Amino acid sequence: MTKDDDDDNGVSRRRFLFGTGVVAAATTLDCRAPELGPGQGAQVLGPGKVVCTLHVNGAERRIELEPRATLAEALRVELGMTGTKVACDRGACSACTVWLDGMPVCACTTFALDAMGRAITTIEGLARGDVLHPVQQAFIDHDAMQCGFCTPGMLMSCAALLKRAPDPSLEDVRTATSGNLCRCGTYPKVFDATLAAAKTIRGGGKGA
Amino acid sequence: MADERTIRVPVGIAGVDLADAERAVLADEPPPLPANADLSVVGKRTPRLDGRLKVTGAARYTSDVRLAGMLYARIVRSPHPHAKIKSIDVSAATRARGVRAVHVVDHLMGSAVLRDKSQEIPSPHPIVRYVGQPIAAVAALTQADADDAARLVKVDYEPLPFVVDVDKARDPSAPRVFPGAADQAASAGGGGGASNVAVTGNVRGPNKSGPGGPPRGDAIEALKTADVVVDATYRTQVQTHSAMETHGVVADWKPEGLTVYASTQGTGTVRDEMAEVLGLKKSDVRVVTEFMGGGFGSKFGAGNFGVLAAQLSKKAGAPVRLMLDRREEHEGVGNRPGSTQRLRIGAKSDGTLVAIHLEAYGTAGTGTGAGVSGPMKNMYACPNVLVEESDVFTNAGPSAAFRAPGHPQGAFAIEQSLDELAEKLKMDPVSLRDKIDVDETGPHFNAASRRRERQLGAEKIGWSKRHAAGADAGPIKRGLGMAQSVWYRIIDLDASCEVRITRDGSVEVLSAVQDLGTGIRTALAQVVAEELGLRATDVAVRIGDTNYPSGVPSGGSKTTGSITPAARNAAFQVKRQLLDQVATLLGAPADSLVMKDGKILVRDQPTRMLAFKAAAAKLRTEQISARASRQEDYGAPAGKPGRGRIGVGGLGGVQFTAVAVDVETGIIKVERVVAVHDCGRPINPLGVESQINGGVLQGISYALYENRILDRNTGVMVNANLESYKIVGARETPPIDVVLIEQYRGRSSTDAGGIGEPATVPTCAAIANAVYNAIGVRIRDLPMTPARVLAALASRGTK
Repeated sequence: MTKDDDDDNGVSRRRFLFGTGVVAAATTLDCRAPELGPGQGAQVLGPGKVVCTLHVNGAERRIELEPRATLAEALRVELGMTGTKVACDRGACSACTVWLDGMPVCACTTFALDAMGRAITTIEGLARGDVLHPVQQAFIDHDAMQCGFCTPGMLMSCAALLKRAPDPSLEDVRTATSGNLCRCGTYPKVFDATLAAAKTIRGGGKGA
Repeated sequence: MADERTIRVPVGIAGVDLADAERAVLADEPPPLPANADLSVVGKRTPRLDGRLKVTGAARYTSDVRLAGMLYARIVRSPHPHAKIKSIDVSAATRARGVRAVHVVDHLMGSAVLRDKSQEIPSPHPIVRYVGQPIAAVAALTQADADDAARLVKVDYEPLPFVVDVDKARDPSAPRVFPGAADQAASAGGGGGASNVAVTGNVRGPNKSGPGGPPRGDAIEALKTADVVVDATYRTQVQTHSAMETHGVVADWKPEGLTVYASTQGTGTVRDEMAEVLGLKKSDVRVVTEFMGGGFGSKFGAGNFGVLAAQLSKKAGAPVRLMLDRREEHEGVGNRPGSTQRLRIGAKSDGTLVAIHLEAYGTAGTGTGAGVSGPMKNMYACPNVLVEESDVFTNAGPSAAFRAPGHPQGAFAIEQSLDELAEKLKMDPVSLRDKIDVDETGPHFNAASRRRERQLGAEKIGWSKRHAAGADAGPIKRGLGMAQSVWYRIIDLDASCEVRITRDGSVEVLSAVQDLGTGIRTALAQVVAEELGLRATDVAVRIGDTNYPSGVPSGGSKTTGSITPAARNAAFQVKRQLLDQVATLLGAPADSLVMKDGKILVRDQPTRMLAFKAAAAKLRTEQISARASRQEDYGAPAGKPGRGRIGVGGLGGVQFTAVAVDVETGIIKVERVVAVHDCGRPINPLGVESQINGGVLQGISYALYENRILDRNTGVMVNANLESYKIVGARETPPIDVVLIEQYRGRSSTDAGGIGEPATVPTCAAIANAVYNAIGVRIRDLPMTPARVLAALASRGTK
């Protein structure tokens, strides 16, 4: 899953942290990482675990993880939230799509530490209790899934679209899902379901 | 011999020629099901029962399995395409942080093996024959620890000469992939090849007796008598399965037995291979597949990865998770072989086929099974057919069965050549097929279904408005094309179900069969619900576990046709037990009772009834249960029982495509597809439609985008990812009109067939024919990339 963490060229997620967005991350880091003083420059974290707090589906989750851990690893391994799938592990298929402050991102190419202080929404947080999000219900009604492995990521892309575009066109749905690969070939029903869900949300009747 | 009786079953195409036919069946078979129009659950569009689990992320796939104390594993793989391993030093890896077990591969699976093992290059370890071949594996506390430790395994390789290019590999002076003749037995997923085929250098063949049987007539002589001959050569690429969930297992070896959570399309086939390789009894191996993220033919066996995980688990005394990464998935666990096909078709001036001669070679890497001849033998009447097919070994990962093995390749060739023949004869391509797609004597493939499908599809796409090839003015040229498929009605008698009714009214159906995403879980519930007069949602389906009655491996489009009759028969038997017990309550004989709408009714006296739940509450025991297996086809000649039997009649379809080709950029856009198919009795048309969409889209992807590219200087796959190995996405998805005909044959208690494979066979050929119709130039190489389109246009001087 993390083969490219530390490859032979010495380029790694861990080393990549040198001098990158960790400044911002470290200031909100809830723990052992010392505060940065003026003029200290970028801080180096790891190897070894650090403690951080993630805001996942409205709840604060305090976890220990290696700084090189991706958000997908943090969710799946540390938090046991396996609804978020990893299929390519390099941002090419969008199976791992989650929201950061409402914006869809690939959790496999986002550092968990970079998600600190931001609202993380996963497939497990899309429904409100037992009531499915209209796009989830529409996926069932229209059979917009086969093996279902791409489905969580596909849904997160479609639900995000419906938030920013309540009345999307077919082209909008295609664009919103253009990064989501589905090997079973379920796209036509994903389009139908998403357009139907939009109608439901707008109050235009049942989605199916 | 068991008692028999005669029943009358519907036979024919619904809405066209549906009639009754007599069939002799075993005495305890359920009564015949009427056509779908007269049923309440079967044949109705039914949302899949596990939909909620899938849309909430709660469905547990193998990659989601988390067990207490579970370790993570990583495989060490060869960077060389051909090498002898002089030594392997695992000491540093063993000492590395978090490592709990290291195992070195001693027995390699998946590749062909030498006929004479004494010819093997002497070596303490298996000879490396492709980049990515597994060498060893490490299990550690975290994935990161396992990845780090895997890099510490020191392997001393002695590189050997290699060849990855199929044309070079045919040269007698090319480096030899195997030092002698090699064979590969067919596996549960198909693949493999005939044994005792001549091997010269890297070339294994020609084999003249493919899946369609031995040669017919004398094709070479007959070609000389033909009025018209079309002679053309086609090339197809290597395609990887690229399931979204990679291959992998979680193996949990305990003293009392081995449990394997596997991403597989055959719980039983994984169990059998694990037991065989590890020297265990089948009863000591349990395989569980709650959900799996796609297989397409590549996920039947235990796999090198699976066996490694089990061995690591045994050594570490802890469960081990071993999921492949995307590169490993592309390189080491299967692909659709490439092909080069010279195809000659001879016909009389009225279109009647006189001879078909195919000379084909292809590479399945270190495996075999690159044959493509199915469509040359299964679709059209022709008295003289000769196929000569060779596998060419190359230093590349072995192939695996891939959705209709050989058939999209073969269809790409023959369906284009037939279009060319039609043009030469000044015939319409649809009319030519009406002429030659006729059932020959003996087992036939229901040509009447495809005739109907051509008619429906032609109307829907507007075939009558099809213009002459290349007739559009301007840079965007549009065209229409069609092609068709035939697939085999494969029946597996190792398909069993148990149905239980419990006193609280709950109903369960149990089977080891697994759901690949086709929706078999839902189909089983529908069949049981129909028999018991319930709704599909009233039936709990427990599948994907070898602790349940043995299922059927999902390959060859045989799952629904094999397992649903078992489910119906078990439901029928448990229903009889229930009715026998409640008959006295209703004061009527059991055989006058019917189950409908959640009630038990006395036939013709609708006021005398008992709710199903109330009836279940009266059961004498807490639970009643019945178990049944797939019976032989109704009216089938007696044969030896077992897997892979081919029944009378076929499955098939006809696809029409509309394309637009930009002759300035070379980009082909598929604008519309009409897919008309038959699959026997459709159990859940909603799910069938999804599978047809999928078959079409994989066909588009194969036609236009996918291509495994190996660097000929290193043997490394240069696009082993999902951004440069391009598969079809939302933007390239055209509107797809699915038309399903109900084709009844009266061959089993559900009369269901399959759809997965026939739905993907004709797509690439239909696109190629549409491209020709658009630009007036044939593209005979896959994938049909912009560069190839431009080159083809340039070679004709048309632009």
